[in-house]
Amino acid sequence: MTTATPAKARTLTMAQAISEATAQEMERDPRVFVMGEDVGKYGGIFSATTGLLDKFGPDRVMDTPISETGFMGAALGAAAEGLRPISELMFVDFFGVCFDQIYNHIAKNHYMSGGACKYPLVITTGIGGGYNDAAQHSQCLYSIFAHVPGLKVVVPSNAYDAKGLMTTAIRDDNPVVFLYHKGIMGLSWMSYFEGSTNEVPEEPYALPFGEARVVREGSDVTIVTLSQMVQKSLVAAEELAAEGISAEIVDLRTLVPLDRATVLKSVAKTGRLLVADEDYLSYGLSGEIAALVAEHLDTVRLKAPVRRLAVPDVPIPFSRPLEQFAIPQVDNLVASVRGLMNAKVY
Amino acid sequence: MDATAGQLLWMYEKMIEIREYEETMARVYLEGKLPPKIQKGLAFDIGAGPVPGEMHLAAGQEPVAVGVCAHLRQDDTVVGAHRPHHFAIAKGVDLDAMTAEMFGKDTGLGRGKGGHMHLFDPAVKFSCGGIVGAGAPQACGAALAAKKLGRDSVAVAFFGEGAANQGAFHEALNLAALWKLPVVFVVEDNKYGISVEKSASTAIASNADRAAGYGMPGVLVERNDALAVFKAAGMAVARARRGEGPTLIEVKTDRYFGHFQGDPETYRPKGEAKELRQHDPIPALGTLVRDLGLLDASSDASLRERLAARVQAAYDFGRNSPYPRPEDALLHVFAE
Ligand SMILES: Cc1ncc(C[n+]2csc(CCOP(=O)(O)OP(=O)(O)O)c2C)c(N)n1
Ligand SMILES: [Mg+2]
Repeated sequence: MTTATPAKARTLTMAQAISEATAQEMERDPRVFVMGEDVGKYGGIFSATTGLLDKFGPDRVMDTPISETGFMGAALGAAAEGLRPISELMFVDFFGVCFDQIYNHIAKNHYMSGGACKYPLVITTGIGGGYNDAAQHSQCLYSIFAHVPGLKVVVPSNAYDAKGLMTTAIRDDNPVVFLYHKGIMGLSWMSYFEGSTNEVPEEPYALPFGEARVVREGSDVTIVTLSQMVQKSLVAAEELAAEGISAEIVDLRTLVPLDRATVLKSVAKTGRLLVADEDYLSYGLSGEIAALVAEHLDTVRLKAPVRRLAVPDVPIPFSRPLEQFAIPQVDNLVASVRGLMNAKVY
Repeated sequence: MDATAGQLLWMYEKMIEIREYEETMARVYLEGKLPPKIQKGLAFDIGAGPVPGEMHLAAGQEPVAVGVCAHLRQDDTVVGAHRPHHFAIAKGVDLDAMTAEMFGKDTGLGRGKGGHMHLFDPAVKFSCGGIVGAGAPQACGAALAAKKLGRDSVAVAFFGEGAANQGAFHEALNLAALWKLPVVFVVEDNKYGISVEKSASTAIASNADRAAGYGMPGVLVERNDALAVFKAAGMAVARARRGEGPTLIEVKTDRYFGHFQGDPETYRPKGEAKELRQHDPIPALGTLVRDLGLLDASSDASLRERLAARVQAAYDFGRNSPYPRPEDALLHVFAE
């Protein structure tokens, strides 16, 4: 099959990319099914399941009651029987009502069975703030899932990655938590970073877990980041370039497995590290990356101390000025990098 | 238990105030959220305008709030959910401070930290939150405290029919009955949990039937009518105050707006909301109070005018209040 002129590139929003990956895997594998709140007629509150009900019907696209413990536990049970459920937790913030099923069972049963039982399931969930949804609907919390052994954790920053990573998530024989930031889904009712809507091939493809991507090469400083913060970092890097500062941006893409080598290689090259994270500052991702570099100071030479930019250990406040203060913005990224350029190691 | 003239008038007045509040919010909420002033390509921007974020309005559900709160005292506790304005107003939450909170202002109940789903007014023992089902056990705690402290106050948890499928609901019912707590659980059955109809989420038709499984009375109020709610709630609150334990009430009510403002409502038959408005409970109660001679046409009109002005004043207060300083985001994580 050849085409004389290449087709015009097709762009998708991240929401469309996720539902396309899901649809293609459902076509390929009859064991895959979707359940969650408002995933059917509504198509998912964040449009991650749009179109699936029409294609596959209510037996494979199931609206659930507001019973997260019930349907997360059911996902485990169905996966144990050989089905491959995709179970949507509308907002990650709601994990509080069903975390026992996730961290004590879904995450650990394979291990506790000595490898005898498998749980091939995907938990999809919306994360992030920036649109004034306050403390119970704006968190990221991916570090909590990554902290518990037994869960793979995927946090895409754009449509192309989201499709390939979602395909891999569905094909994986392990439980995978797939966290999509609402502010890069390309929704028609929430402002978003347009860099997240990009070219996505129609045919199915899988992107490997554990491979970070250098989304922008640079020589002065490494920004290690993920999710919507990748898009913010790209904007910040342009501003910094105008000042003559060359920033390299590493998009982690998956937290478990974590691509340590790419982080270390980049930091070794630039000698400066900023970790930019929309999760809480303490005891989380930014500390993990900082520790990784600290553990390799025998091979990595730093020109400046490691800096972290994250939510300063406060719940996400509602009011616009408060929320903008609490969640790192492009300006904060620029200022942090400038500060790093002036800092020296002892 | 029949409502006194004072109670009837109070319920009528509060329902008008709530409706005025919600209809005003529906307009104010849209300010700044529509093209062309938002990101190109968007139809609506949830984070824009003077009142950003999610907005769940309760127009149509006024009878539930007033019928129950007519029996409550200031020292009784109310725990609401994500659709909280009608309960807050009926419980006597400070209207100015509540409105300022939704504008994200420093004069708000939570100094801009909470927003419309997270309103806390300890002066009248009101709180609410955005996690479905979470309020029921919290009301049990307030009731437990009343019991331990030797008070005759009661606690009421209000939530939707969707919330009655949460584990927290079922655990709360058992606790309340087991410990004979002075608590009343009030389920608002507005037929939907976002897009999912009750018949697609709940295995039985009436949540009131579930009460028997926990050893407490269950009452179904089949009409969206303030007096019917008043009667059922009167018995439940009195029972709780006498120390005889909890009651579960389910009220069939109507949601006039979408689940949240901006909801495309494609899951709902076209014209359904309009049809529901044909059975508006406010004019119905208005007819009753006028027939009883409690109000004539001109005092009705001046009452409405006064309430509209009261609500407008709250919106003006919210709009014109100052924002908190950005760095105030760091305050209030811990008590000093
Ligand atoms: C634990 C939890 N799950 C899901 C949601 C998302 N959510 C918010 S409101 C809602 C529907 C609630 O329905 P119902 O209890 O009937 O209340 P109504 O909105 O009809 O007033 C859902 C699913 C949530 N806030 N919390
Ligand atoms: Mg409902």
